[in-house]
Amino acid sequence: MNWLQIGSALFGIAMLVFIFPRMRYAMKHSPKGTMKDWLSYLFPLGFIVLFVVFLIMSVR
Amino acid sequence: MFPNQPAVTRTSSSVLATNKVLKNTYLLLSMTLIFSSITAYIGIASGASQGGALIASIVAIAMLWFVLPRTANSTAGIPVLFAITGLLGYGLGPMLSYYLAMSNGPTLVMTALGGTGVIFLGLSGYALTTKKDFSFMAGFMMVGMFVVIIAMIANIFLNIPALFLALNAAIIMIMAGFMLMQTSAIIHGGETNYIMAAASLFLSLLNMFQALLHLLGAFSDD
Repeated sequence: MNWLQIGSALFGIAMLVFIFPRMRYAMKHSPKGTMKDWLSYLFPLGFIVLFVVFLIMSVR
Repeated sequence: MFPNQPAVTRTSSSVLATNKVLKNTYLLLSMTLIFSSITAYIGIASGASQGGALIASIVAIAMLWFVLPRTANSTAGIPVLFAITGLLGYGLGPMLSYYLAMSNGPTLVMTALGGTGVIFLGLSGYALTTKKDFSFMAGFMMVGMFVVIIAMIANIFLNIPALFLALNAAIIMIMAGFMLMQTSAIIHGGETNYIMAAASLFLSLLNMFQALLHLLGAFSDD
């Protein structure tokens, strides 16, 4: 274990501390999505997965 | 307020304001991307150490959390944003040097860069044409990010390659969600400050680029 690992871990913990209240706020106050709403996110996500697989195949 | 103004005029002025925020955001985003690529080049050329990169990233994130929100409503926010993106670009130096040293390194970096650009343009186009409000994803995305950071901290010490790859794949999905959310927030008036909008989109792009580069590097033949 070196100081870079410790520094990176402390940086990560600081990010968690910073994000936690925002996460709680977002969970409480963001509107609830319907199945149709989530599908509208999953639709482009499917294309992104295929595109990333294509990129991986192109560099192999 | 405009009590006697017709609804149509108010709507069109609101659309104009949204278009202005969107245009300024993309303009500022493109300028910060150019600037951060210059500082990334400086990081590579000067042989920036991993420690130096970590310190630059910590300073940039601290400025993002504590300085940018206080200056984003004034012109002082623009140099602060350039400082943040410049430091984050410099922080990429050692990682880019590592990948560029591989036999197909330049191809990997350019593929990751182009891939990130295509995904960003595709998602922006999708959010702009559908005009859908993606704010319902905020809680889910924040929880996803929180879990990923915990797993990343654990993997600093565990060094599990499969976990590293899974986390990078998850980061691409989460950043895609953030890009949709941020773009739809601009369209629907949830984000009216183009400096904050450009900062959020820059971070999403940067994280997606790094994650994609790690995935391509791990699966490449070298």
